[in-house]
Amino acid sequence: MEKAQFKSPWIPYLLLAPQMIIIAIFFLWPAAEAIRSSFYLEDPFFGNATWVGLDNYRDAVSASDYQRTVWFTVLFVAIVSLLSLALGMMLAVSADRVLRGKSSYKTLLMWVYAIAPPVAGLIGVMLFDQHIGPLVDFAAMFGWDLRIGVNYWDTGIAMIVVSTWKQVPYCFIFFLSGLQSIPTSVKEASAIDCRSENRRFWTITFPLLAPTTFFLLILNITYAMFETFGTIDQIVKDQPGNSPVTLVYKVFRDGFRGNDLGGSSAQSVILMIVVLLLTIAQFRLIERRIHYT
Amino acid sequence: MAVTELDSSVAGTSGQTATKRKRPKGKVRVYDHVILILGVLLMMGPIIVAFTTSTYDFVTIHREGMQLGWGGNFVETYTNVLYQEGGFTGEVTGLLMTQNSLILGIGFAVGKIVVSMLAAYAIVYFRFPLATFSFWVIFTTLLLPLEVRILPSYEVVQQLGMLNTYSGLIIPLIASATGTFFFRQFFKSVPNELMEAARIDGAGPIQFFFDILVPLSKTMMAAIFIIMFVVGWNQYLWPALMTTEEGYFTLVRGIRNIMQQMIGADIPEYNEALAMAILAMLPPALVIIIFQRMFIKGLVEQEK
Repeated sequence: MEKAQFKSPWIPYLLLAPQMIIIAIFFLWPAAEAIRSSFYLEDPFFGNATWVGLDNYRDAVSASDYQRTVWFTVLFVAIVSLLSLALGMMLAVSADRVLRGKSSYKTLLMWVYAIAPPVAGLIGVMLFDQHIGPLVDFAAMFGWDLRIGVNYWDTGIAMIVVSTWKQVPYCFIFFLSGLQSIPTSVKEASAIDCRSENRRFWTITFPLLAPTTFFLLILNITYAMFETFGTIDQIVKDQPGNSPVTLVYKVFRDGFRGNDLGGSSAQSVILMIVVLLLTIAQFRLIERRIHYT
Repeated sequence: MAVTELDSSVAGTSGQTATKRKRPKGKVRVYDHVILILGVLLMMGPIIVAFTTSTYDFVTIHREGMQLGWGGNFVETYTNVLYQEGGFTGEVTGLLMTQNSLILGIGFAVGKIVVSMLAAYAIVYFRFPLATFSFWVIFTTLLLPLEVRILPSYEVVQQLGMLNTYSGLIIPLIASATGTFFFRQFFKSVPNELMEAARIDGAGPIQFFFDILVPLSKTMMAAIFIIMFVVGWNQYLWPALMTTEEGYFTLVRGIRNIMQQMIGADIPEYNEALAMAILAMLPPALVIIIFQRMFIKGLVEQEK
């Protein structure tokens, strides 16, 4: 339906001005700068820049450190997004079914969303601490010598655990509201047709939740790639050398600590393309959304 | 609710099977409660341990590990964290950091709402040549999170002389388009008749905005405010780079320094670090719990 609209030669521009100015200065300018400097080799001390074409990209991609980071990022993102989806869904299904204490469960399960990733990371560091961490003692009961910051995969596991923990409430909120929007008539009809609660879930509820699941999957991937920065920064502390990091953390580290402007920018541009693909996927998904109600 | 009632009414039609059918239903409910209680323990456990440990003194924590109990140092530790001047220059207290966090959280939320409401109003309610173009420019900001363009953004803000200022802290964070899309979606759902009626009554675009659209959007604005306050309060990387003067530190930013101090210490002050973590999570958590309904509404609306 066409929206009735005002006509004015200047009002719309005035209304758009604040947003456009902010975008131009703090978004377009830095983004263009990132793309530009990804083609240059810059001297951090004298400010000279030489055009090197795609060299920065080639160097970045071929470095073994980069490839290791890519693999860790893929694994990290996959586990965090899927695990938090599964846990969030499981809790939401149960919370939707119980009659007593529903709202208390809901409040207790969702509020962890408010905790900042670095704060979660700090608490995680304590829980996994070599001296005081109860989780290390717990792992030791199974003969597992958990060493965060020393052992590559132990550190990775701590990052995955903390990041997933932080994302479960988010998935829980979306799934619960998705479940509550399934019409009662559908629930009743399925209850008449099928006695098995389990089967009803997989054949009726789960497909009805599919749009929410896909939406959350994209959001979880974005979360795991970008917002986990604070968590990772806390867990690797000052020794990122032998610890697993994600691609976003590496962009920051190479740019600020390593002073490798060109290489860091080239990595930024590669990430830009990944986000572009994710956004396209998200929008196509929303377009194709099937509404059951 | 409805399913359960239906179950029993179906079961009620044949008396013999009624008892048989009741049993698995009971089991399901116990199972659900077990899952939920485990879930609550998993989500709350780390926070509870963090809080109880923060009430002990750090020597005990160092010797005996994290504690589940009441250490009795609660008042001392938390007053220390709130009032003791820490940091390298000794000019920052927990209270000052809380104040900075509030400025960032509220400034970010209000700024975002104002900027994005105006832009969305222009895009939805006006016909003008550059409408589509503006929409796409705003759209591109979704493609590049601040974390990815952090280095050039820092340089731009440095060149503008905005390091260690509140505006430099807040304004670059407002650049993303999430709020604009949210309001655009909402304005599109406002019935056309309202605007036609307003126009017939002689209301211009500015009057229509303030007298009709803003009152209609109140709930949406509140929902967005809550979400954006939490997002703003929880910012970490940007404040960490932007603010080198301790007077501008936020609580979440302060966490970074606490960690760095802990690395160097013989016996780290675990209790104060954990107390900081608790203080940093308390305000956003309270906001979310108190305005739960609105918060969920705003969050879920993004999906539409």
